[in-house]
Amino acid sequence: MFKGFNFFSTDELLSEEERMVRDTVRQFVTKRYLPLAAAWHNKAEFPLEVIPELAKMGLLGVTIPEKYGASGSSYYIYGLAMQELERGDSGLRSFASVQGSLVMFPIYRYGSEAQKQKWLPQLASGNKIGCFGLTEPDHGSDPGGMRTTPRKTEKGWLLNGSKMWITNATIAHIAVVCAQTDEGIRGFLVETDRKGFSQNEIKGKYSLRASNTGELIFEDCFVPDENRLPEAKGLSAPLSCLNEARYGIAWGATGAAMACYNEALKYAKSRIQFGKPIAAFQLTQHKLVEIASEIVKAQLLNHQLGRLKDAGNAKYYHISMAKRNNVHQALKAARSARTILGANGITDEYQTVRHLLNLESVYTYEGTHDIHTLIVGEYLTGSSAFR
Amino acid sequence: MNIAVCIKQTPDTETRIKLTEAKTVDESDINFILNPYDEFAVEEALKLREKFDGEVTVISLGPDRVNSAIRSALAMGADKAVRIKAENIPTDPNVTAGALATELQKGNYDLIFLGKQAIDDDHAQMPALLGAKLGIPAISVVVKLEVEGDKLTAEREIDGAHEIIECSLPAVIGAQRGLNEPRYASLKGIMKAKKIQINEIDAELSADQLQVVEFNYPPEKSPGKIVGDSADAVPELLRLLHEEAKVI
Ligand SMILES: Cc1cc2nc3c(=O)[nH]c(=O)nc-3n(C[C@H](O)[C@H](O)[C@H](O)COP(=O)(O)OP(=O)(O)OC[C@H]3O[C@@H](n4cnc5c(N)ncnc54)[C@H](O)[C@@H]3O)c2cc1C
Ligand SMILES: Cc1cc2nc3c(=O)[nH]c(=O)nc-3n(C[C@H](O)[C@H](O)[C@H](O)COP(=O)(O)OP(=O)(O)OC[C@H]3O[C@@H](n4cnc5c(N)ncnc54)[C@H](O)[C@@H]3O)c2cc1C
Repeated sequence: MFKGFNFFSTDELLSEEERMVRDTVRQFVTKRYLPLAAAWHNKAEFPLEVIPELAKMGLLGVTIPEKYGASGSSYYIYGLAMQELERGDSGLRSFASVQGSLVMFPIYRYGSEAQKQKWLPQLASGNKIGCFGLTEPDHGSDPGGMRTTPRKTEKGWLLNGSKMWITNATIAHIAVVCAQTDEGIRGFLVETDRKGFSQNEIKGKYSLRASNTGELIFEDCFVPDENRLPEAKGLSAPLSCLNEARYGIAWGATGAAMACYNEALKYAKSRIQFGKPIAAFQLTQHKLVEIASEIVKAQLLNHQLGRLKDAGNAKYYHISMAKRNNVHQALKAARSARTILGANGITDEYQTVRHLLNLESVYTYEGTHDIHTLIVGEYLTGSSAFR
Repeated sequence: MNIAVCIKQTPDTETRIKLTEAKTVDESDINFILNPYDEFAVEEALKLREKFDGEVTVISLGPDRVNSAIRSALAMGADKAVRIKAENIPTDPNVTAGALATELQKGNYDLIFLGKQAIDDDHAQMPALLGAKLGIPAISVVVKLEVEGDKLTAEREIDGAHEIIECSLPAVIGAQRGLNEPRYASLKGIMKAKKIQINEIDAELSADQLQVVEFNYPPEKSPGKIVGDSADAVPELLRLLHEEAKVI
């Protein structure tokens, strides 16, 4: 079984409880997810059957308080859990990220008590699935210009517009939708069975295939006043949710990198060419050492990020730097590991190429790599290159 | 329902056992886990508690390190835990059974679960030994269990068939793979487990009647033989399987 990567004795940084969570999720991924991971990828479907299991373990809404049926755990534990889920597949981690950080978190942070009572327990138990609609066909990196507009009516709002590239779009019961009102950006909870609401699945993805992605379309879709998130005012609200998810992604990508490293190392030790295991060649060792070094750096970065986050001191630029670095390094690790696997590495007998494909999405969503460069660059220099 | 589960900490199933110069097991690199068969035992106890209410107490014997296996069972949902302190886990199952039985007698348990065997020394004696020491029925290799009132019906695997046994409570049940699907601990369970105090007790262990003389590695397997890579090799392969390997 997968043993993680403890090269710098980073396990010592974990409490007994943190280690138990990590090992439990790791076991679940090994026994329940990995045997079918390639099949789900090939079918291009998110396996709905794992949702109740994720819920029972408490992986939906890890940091949301227990009184709402969620786990009430630390951010550090959330990070470890995301690392282990993404060691299985980025699609599996994406599901947990969206449900926890982009649906439950905004309701918890910006919702009314009634909204919290109504939705959080059902989302924690996996009985209801959520999605988060920020991106639009014409507004990706620049969501501030979004064109989904709610028009105020007597008892609520009429939504018009569309959201694109939405994870869980066609399996969701509830959508957290960001829309441009006269007073700025506001958040709405839209049940997906409302009149005037439709969804289309995006087909033909080469990446993140074991995840549901689609479009949300609003045509005079009525949403009552009580469905507006009362505390969500301005673009900073959705960005705060993205920060939660990006935090988990920094950990998750590291899990994917570990999976690739592990597979490539094992293969290199057993694959004989020119009378020797390919692990004995300098070039292969160079690749493995590079990957291993980047994993260690990411682990230490995540560790400090996690401790900062739990202390309430993780800033948006810390999270941007971690997401940017760790996803980029994971993607490079996956590419390099793939070469070690030779021709075998292009098939679904091995996991690495699946991670490689998935990480292309992870590189782009939740703020592209470039955008995170600009966010950190803006902070360091005091000059914005994008706003 | 008052339920006890006796659990053992064992090396991880993937452990490659290393021996010391003194031909004892070198524990330094071993990752210890809750004996996999005991997971079925814990799960069954938890299911019965969910159905009938009551309490699940896990009991284990061994050194400090055993507490991590106890925590795993608590994280799955057990309510209480006892560790019978011992420097080592005895190699003689009878010694362990004696100490467990003494502890079990204090608890007035309706049911006592344990795995059908531990995956390290594979003695598979504990269910029977406990039944005998406590003077109550013991059924092992159980794949299905139903409890009604003060009676239970257990289905056990025997060679080529399933045997169905009834008995009255209290009883000892040795769990076999297939009895249930053990749950994964939840985050809440893990956090709760941390707060439960493990009741650590001293015990007099009886003297070992079995002595492990030494451990040895299994003899190295002789290398395989490739008789050919086409259909032409089939007759030769058949001959070898028949005459040399004597398997067909
Ligand atoms: C599988 C998947 C799932 C997703 N799930 C969700 C979801 O659940 N909810 C949601 O709201 N969105 C989701 N997204 C959308 C994702 O957040 C966007 O794709 C992302 O923000 C980038 O937007 P875009 O694709 O429109 O690219 P664009 O913004 O058009 O960017 C294209 C390229 O231009 C670069 N670029 C843009 N602006 C600048 C600049 N100022 N300077 C330099 N370079 C720049 C980008 O870095 C990128 O390389 C998902 C995307 C994918 C692929
Ligand atoms: C889609 C596809 C189509 C193909 N079509 C054909 C075809 O039509 N006909 C045909 O004959 N073959 C074909 N091939 C096979 C292809 O040529 C081999 O995959 C290639 O030669 C590499 O061999 P390998 O996959 O066994 O990898 P390996 O040789 O096992 O190499 C694995 C890794 O070890 C590295 N390595 C090996 N030796 C050393 C060394 N001494 N020092 C440092 N690094 C080393 C390699 O660079 C690689 O990164 C095809 C392969 C693919 C993927």
